[in-house]
Amino acid sequence: MGSPLTLFQKVWNEHLVTQQPDAPGILFIDLHLVHEVTSPQAFTSLRARGLVVRRPDRTIATVDHGVPTLPSKDGTVEGRLAWADELCRKQIAQLEENAKTFGIRAYGPSSTNNGIVHVIAPEMGLTQPGMTIVCGDSHTSTHGAFGALAFGIGTSEVEHVLATQCLLQHQPKTMEVRIEGKLAKGVTAKDIILALIAKIGVSGGIGYVLEYCGSAIRALSMEERMTICNMSIEAGARAGMIAPDEVTYDYIKGREYAPKGAEWDKALAYWKTLPTDDGAAYDHSVTLDASSLEPMITFGTNPGMGIPVSGKIPTAAAFTDESQKAGLEKSLAYMGLDAGSSLLGHPINVVFIGSCTNGRLSDLQEAASIMRGRKVADGVRALVVPGSQQVKRQAEAEGLDIIFKNAGAEWREAGCSMCIAMNGDQIAPGEYAVSTSNRNFEGRQGKGGRTLLASPLTAAAAAVTGCVTDVRTMLES
Amino acid sequence: MEPIKTITSRAISLPMDDIDTDQIIPARFLKVTDKAGLAANLFSDWRYNADGSPKPEFLLNQSAAQGAHILFTGNNFGCGSSREHAPWALTGFGFNAVVALSFGDIFRNNSLKNGLLPIQVDAATHQRLKDLLDEVPRSEWNIDLEAQTLNTPDGESVHFEIDAFSKTCLVQGSDELGYLISFADQVKEYEVSHHKGVTT
Ligand code: SF4
Repeated sequence: MGSPLTLFQKVWNEHLVTQQPDAPGILFIDLHLVHEVTSPQAFTSLRARGLVVRRPDRTIATVDHGVPTLPSKDGTVEGRLAWADELCRKQIAQLEENAKTFGIRAYGPSSTNNGIVHVIAPEMGLTQPGMTIVCGDSHTSTHGAFGALAFGIGTSEVEHVLATQCLLQHQPKTMEVRIEGKLAKGVTAKDIILALIAKIGVSGGIGYVLEYCGSAIRALSMEERMTICNMSIEAGARAGMIAPDEVTYDYIKGREYAPKGAEWDKALAYWKTLPTDDGAAYDHSVTLDASSLEPMITFGTNPGMGIPVSGKIPTAAAFTDESQKAGLEKSLAYMGLDAGSSLLGHPINVVFIGSCTNGRLSDLQEAASIMRGRKVADGVRALVVPGSQQVKRQAEAEGLDIIFKNAGAEWREAGCSMCIAMNGDQIAPGEYAVSTSNRNFEGRQGKGGRTLLASPLTAAAAAVTGCVTDVRTMLES
Repeated sequence: MEPIKTITSRAISLPMDDIDTDQIIPARFLKVTDKAGLAANLFSDWRYNADGSPKPEFLLNQSAAQGAHILFTGNNFGCGSSREHAPWALTGFGFNAVVALSFGDIFRNNSLKNGLLPIQVDAATHQRLKDLLDEVPRSEWNIDLEAQTLNTPDGESVHFEIDAFSKTCLVQGSDELGYLISFADQVKEYEVSHHKGVTT
């Protein structure tokens, strides 16, 4: 027996093609996901060098960032593009053309299976334990929920992977994130990750792969685990991982690209070897007590600026570091909020429920549980955007769309939408949005817009009350 | 990529922490299919008024920024999105080096591939450099990549770390894809012999 290894080390070792002295390792990539925004320059460069895509069978493309989420005017799926601006349309067309030229499977605008890249790969069974997965998108960390090593890359690296199916990587460090205890009612996976980032900060994870473990993580569904791993990047981490278990295997089994028959047995036997061995060492460890958490909400302009919903916005006195004080001041000036005040009751203008963080079926079910039989408050615009076409169909099969529409919310087509505000879905300058997405950076949801990040439950509660609300007061006991 | 051996330029200071790539280049400018023209929108929302006129108080609109190749900033520069448009916009504006307390991982990787040198310094050095720029706002610095030193006019010479491979690529102006392609045979061998079954 060798020395005990972490989940990360096992996946890393398995994929290391070679490690030359004084050079980064060459890591083989099992699955490369591509979308329209970060790939065009990579394909252009491939063409210029006369290169081909080495493994089109391991490359999957979708359109998500710039796709309109307004329903098609003529009833066809392509008809949605009528709403797109010229540049988005061109980017989407270019992705389709590149996919065709290079022989890549693409879930283009006319596919009934398109959606946010990090939503569709797991739901089709493409994301599997022990894989290396990359995409020109920082939230690729989502796929780590399956025990895959998954991380975002830039466009040059997209080109590297297209051409060689490999990536140059320095081995990151490992951080154990142990989360024990039972979540209270109304507290969700989103609150766990917002609380963690508030604790370790937006640069706390730089250089690390986080491994989430402990009883609170084991109790989560796959969709909840994806919410956690999704926001690992918001702590600055390279990736987030969760060891696969029965919950993982049950989720994957039977999905379109899941292994079948004897292949399944073989895969399962391998997956079961992946969890971190007893006694394996991490470079760093942090803990979080899940049972003490409240619903979280952010007040500032980075995802680490979060507080329990019943808490108060910190004052400069809470920081010793001058640049942190300056950062707080700058953020609050942008947000139009006061240090030391409470957010409860603060009026809001927009609610966005969706994104690769919280745009899956269970997220929509939670939001619907609050909106059922209630109305979106006067003057509030609520947007519900499923993460994929498949999520949309599932939600409609359960009648969730009717609940949202009856409440006065907009039920949209799938896409990134107001998470990144590239497709026309955006908030106006000065407006406050409670959003289930992952970034509250200045202008992220529209120039001058102010984002408060929260869970689908908290967002839905804000939609119906018109202000920041502690959702626990609205839950049936 | 142009080889980089030394950079001599005035340094300009944007000393905030956690400047994310959404500030460096907002998402609405990512609808392009090439790399050109992004510099015009570098820090767009901090740089321009709603009517498109430049905000005179913002650093990049001041004369000191014109022709500057070194940007000094705070902790966790380039956090957030993986958009390589961020280093494209920075190099398009003329920057060849960013000096910070730390960098977002993906931004650092992207920078190294685009002739933008990310120089990480410790807290004490960072404070000294910040003080220097407060006192002498247009201070001219010299970066010697081969020697891995950042030299300031007051005689300070700061050593910085960079991994050997990235350094060679930058100094030679070579790109990493050529290196990767040279391992094609090993990759083929790996695909055949090592890899656990994966269905896609
Ligand atoms: S939903 Fe938001 S974070 Fe996720 S991939 Fe789309 S733009 Fe990025």
